[in-house]
Amino acid sequence: MEKKKKFAQLGDIWKRLRKNKLAVLGLIIIVIIFLVAIFANFIAPYSYDQQDLLSCFQGPSAQHWFGTDEFGRDIFSRVVYGTRISLLIGFVAVAIAMVIGVLLGAFSGYYGATVDNVIMRLMDILLSIPQIILAIAIVAVLGNGLFNLMLAVGISSIPHYARIVRASVLSVKDQEFIEAAKAAGSSDLRIIFKHIIPNCLAPIIVQATLGVAMAILTAAGLSFVGLGISPPTPEWGSMLSSARSYIRDYAYMTMFPGLAIMITIFALNVLGDGLRDALDPKQKK
Amino acid sequence: MANEKKNLLEIRDLTVEYHTNGGVVHAVNGLNLEVAQGETLGFVGETGAGKTTTALSILNLLPRPQGKVLSGSVKYNGEEILNKSNKEMTRIRGEKISMIFQDPMTSLNPVMTVGDQIAEGIRLHEHLNKADAHKKALEMLETVGIRPERASDYPHQFSGGMKQRVVIAIALACNPELLIADEPTTALDVTIQAQMLELMKGLKDQYDTSMIMITHDLGIVAEICDKVAIMYAGNVVEYGDKVDIFTPEKPHHPYTVGLFDSIPDIYHEQEELKIIKGLTPDPTNLPSGCTFHPRCPYACEECSKQVPKHLEVEPGHTISCHRFDDTKEVK
Repeated sequence: MEKKKKFAQLGDIWKRLRKNKLAVLGLIIIVIIFLVAIFANFIAPYSYDQQDLLSCFQGPSAQHWFGTDEFGRDIFSRVVYGTRISLLIGFVAVAIAMVIGVLLGAFSGYYGATVDNVIMRLMDILLSIPQIILAIAIVAVLGNGLFNLMLAVGISSIPHYARIVRASVLSVKDQEFIEAAKAAGSSDLRIIFKHIIPNCLAPIIVQATLGVAMAILTAAGLSFVGLGISPPTPEWGSMLSSARSYIRDYAYMTMFPGLAIMITIFALNVLGDGLRDALDPKQKK
Repeated sequence: MANEKKNLLEIRDLTVEYHTNGGVVHAVNGLNLEVAQGETLGFVGETGAGKTTTALSILNLLPRPQGKVLSGSVKYNGEEILNKSNKEMTRIRGEKISMIFQDPMTSLNPVMTVGDQIAEGIRLHEHLNKADAHKKALEMLETVGIRPERASDYPHQFSGGMKQRVVIAIALACNPELLIADEPTTALDVTIQAQMLELMKGLKDQYDTSMIMITHDLGIVAEICDKVAIMYAGNVVEYGDKVDIFTPEKPHHPYTVGLFDSIPDIYHEQEELKIIKGLTPDPTNLPSGCTFHPRCPYACEECSKQVPKHLEVEPGHTISCHRFDDTKEVK
């Protein structure tokens, strides 16, 4: 029975989200992208690192839908496999940023005073450095690699979560049910995790959805400047980067990974916007 | 006053201040109170008289860092509460002393089912496992008159009166010895008020709980309380048995007289309601001497100079007013 009720609440959100056609389109695209990532080895006709030097720089054809690159690798296969890496980076980076950011923001907002000042000034320092430059610095220190890339992108977006969570904690913590929870003998930690954070989830979800797009983009940017994934692992940003040298003669090489990034970001953004509207209690009817 | 029952709660000379940007707010000034086992104390006063502040200091829950206890002691079962650490307090709050808040609409967590919210306190204090706590939560719901099937509903699916029932269920879930009800019926309509009072009275007898009923409704006091404390500007100006306070022929503090006079009288046509002249004093800048003197019809020079003592006009009935001080020549 409990499940059913929770389901009913989700149902409400779904009903509101469904009215937003663009958001539904975004959701459909995201689902397709996920399916592509999961079934990459069935969809891709070639392996992502299979070279065929005799047929390099071929334009799109029936045999190679998106053409081939400078080593004769099938670009379609590489874009398909790249979905995995990009989604992985996007979601793991956001998870890292969200967990740390939510904790910092919640403690900062709940305790206030000195704790708040110390945490938020640290966040301000992080925020004062452009995200991509901060990420570059972190990767430069930690070295290349998939995990370091995710860590760099994650760390550099912590302040966004911390700020959003802090703001909503401030509005939640003065409500009477928090005082009631204190009067019932709940400890501070219990109040933060059981009463405050669940009430701040809506803005966190929205920020996370938009954050995945940001993270993919930042990761692509890092790969583009050569600080991301090392070849031959297919990542959209690094594919763009290596195709850049051939853009005059073989423009299609940059076009397909670029399109993949664009479509993913677009879908995540419209879905995030839609979710923000759907979760906004003021629009409840 | 025959002291046949032991005092559960003793407050001595409690002084609480709030430090705000607008100055120092003298919320409670040297307040004395006691609550005996099984007794219901009515705590009456205007808005801003310091009733809620007193209640929060009993739970050691004054807003930090603005709220500060300057002096005095709050003894619960002989133990000083104000010195206890936060960790020790979490064992008292909800387990020994519970509080019902004013507005049931906002004192429930909107994203937790009511069953979970009742079970939370039980799990915290009685160390039961999830299933047992849930079972007890269902029993509590039944006790306050809500069908147990509704335990998995969220607060927004309940009406105001039902929510207040849930709040009462949470407060009583761990059998507290003292229940502080901070204007529990103010946000409810009259028929529900009566139901709530009936319910609280019944449960109080059933569990032998002491209660502090904070209210500004004298009708509620008449209905439910044993003792009454009338509060004005952070101090108790009159304290006594319900019967003493509600008998007009007995001696009373001028403020109490004013309070009773301001109740509309249905039998005599009145052009205007009798109100107490003036406003409650600015708590950042309290009048000297007796804090009530600027509004008191009997005020004399003495009143603006000296703070009146608590005088026992008859056993168990104290009034702090110079008029009843026989040692002084005041008319």
